[in-house]
Amino acid sequence: MELLGVSVLLLGLFAGFGTLIGLLFGFFGMGGSFLVTPALMVMGYDTDVAVASGLAFVFATSVIATLKHRDLGQVDYKLGVLMIAGTTAGIEVGKLGLHAMQDAGVADLVVSVIYVGLLGGIGAFITYRATSGDGGGGVDHDAATTDGGQDTPDVPAVAETIQSYDVPPMVSLRGGVQVSLWMILAVAFATGLLSGLLGVGGGFIRMPALFYLVGVPVPVAVGTDLFEIVFSGGIGSFLYAMDGAVNLTIVVPLLFGSALGARLGAASTSLVDEDEIKVYFGVMLLLGAVAVAVRKVGGLVGMPVLDAVALGIIVVAATLVAGAVVVSSVRALRGSKGGSPAPTAD
Amino acid sequence: MFGLENASGPLDGLLVVGVVLVEAVLLYVGYGALERVLGPRIVDALGGGE
Repeated sequence: MELLGVSVLLLGLFAGFGTLIGLLFGFFGMGGSFLVTPALMVMGYDTDVAVASGLAFVFATSVIATLKHRDLGQVDYKLGVLMIAGTTAGIEVGKLGLHAMQDAGVADLVVSVIYVGLLGGIGAFITYRATSGDGGGGVDHDAATTDGGQDTPDVPAVAETIQSYDVPPMVSLRGGVQVSLWMILAVAFATGLLSGLLGVGGGFIRMPALFYLVGVPVPVAVGTDLFEIVFSGGIGSFLYAMDGAVNLTIVVPLLFGSALGARLGAASTSLVDEDEIKVYFGVMLLLGAVAVAVRKVGGLVGMPVLDAVALGIIVVAATLVAGAVVVSSVRALRGSKGGSPAPTAD
Repeated sequence: MFGLENASGPLDGLLVVGVVLVEAVLLYVGYGALERVLGPRIVDALGGGE
């Protein structure tokens, strides 16, 4: 049976996959193209179609997730605009670096090593902080109940140092945070530099950077990161769409699922005690690093089957983390219904 | 799909992005309405409410 020239089974598969990705995207502000593009390539779509359709999907999902975070008061537009400016400049310089490495013939190796190192390093850092039980880091959504974080959340030590640099003009951000404009631009530039160098969207770099370096509460970091992705995803989609590479039979059904998942994921940020989730998030990044390494090795030794293995690792990791988010949300609901407050704040 | 299989050029590019954006907004509004209607019942059911 077919609908709009596509089998209903495939449409259902896309919608289900979209729900999974949307949930992670809404909760963490990352994970879209990380999952979709490799999956489409393994399914046999051309690389340009996989990249373009993944980008269009990420754009639309970020619109939905941003709208939901806006409803929850978790988008800082001022910070978002500054991040866009700094990131854009950083990407341009990163691209120059990438071209220089390509000319030297070392781009693939260096980019692969940095990518795997970053994913694994950030994953290991977050997992370590979460399991060490010091409460001073990780993907902490404690400020979710504070209208974008009006209470004073735990501020990581590095962010405290950055906030202490009193270089005018100072910018007031959500969560009662005051940071020098130049510090924000520097962080944005650095994350853009890495994005341009690695050729990735950078949500997995930017979201932790907003929390660990700028010091805004995690829900605001997620919402503001998504706001930025709306613009980067929109421009990227448009550039690819001009070449006819965006396949709407992929994007439309994926969106049906992700629109639901993104709402659920965003809403979960104000419910979940993510002391439980931090570990899974860190583990997902670590497994992501393993998956990227496996794919790169597959490319080096000419074994395409390793692409499928890599995708399998990512999908299993994503499913486990999404499941953990759902279970923790339901547990929080049951806790609040049982008379005790939802475990959203320490 | 929607006659945009062979889209090319700035105008078609804008059209494709526009279609995706409109779908996103419609789904956001649609699921939002669904959430308002069914949300409390689902939350009660999941929370083991009365």
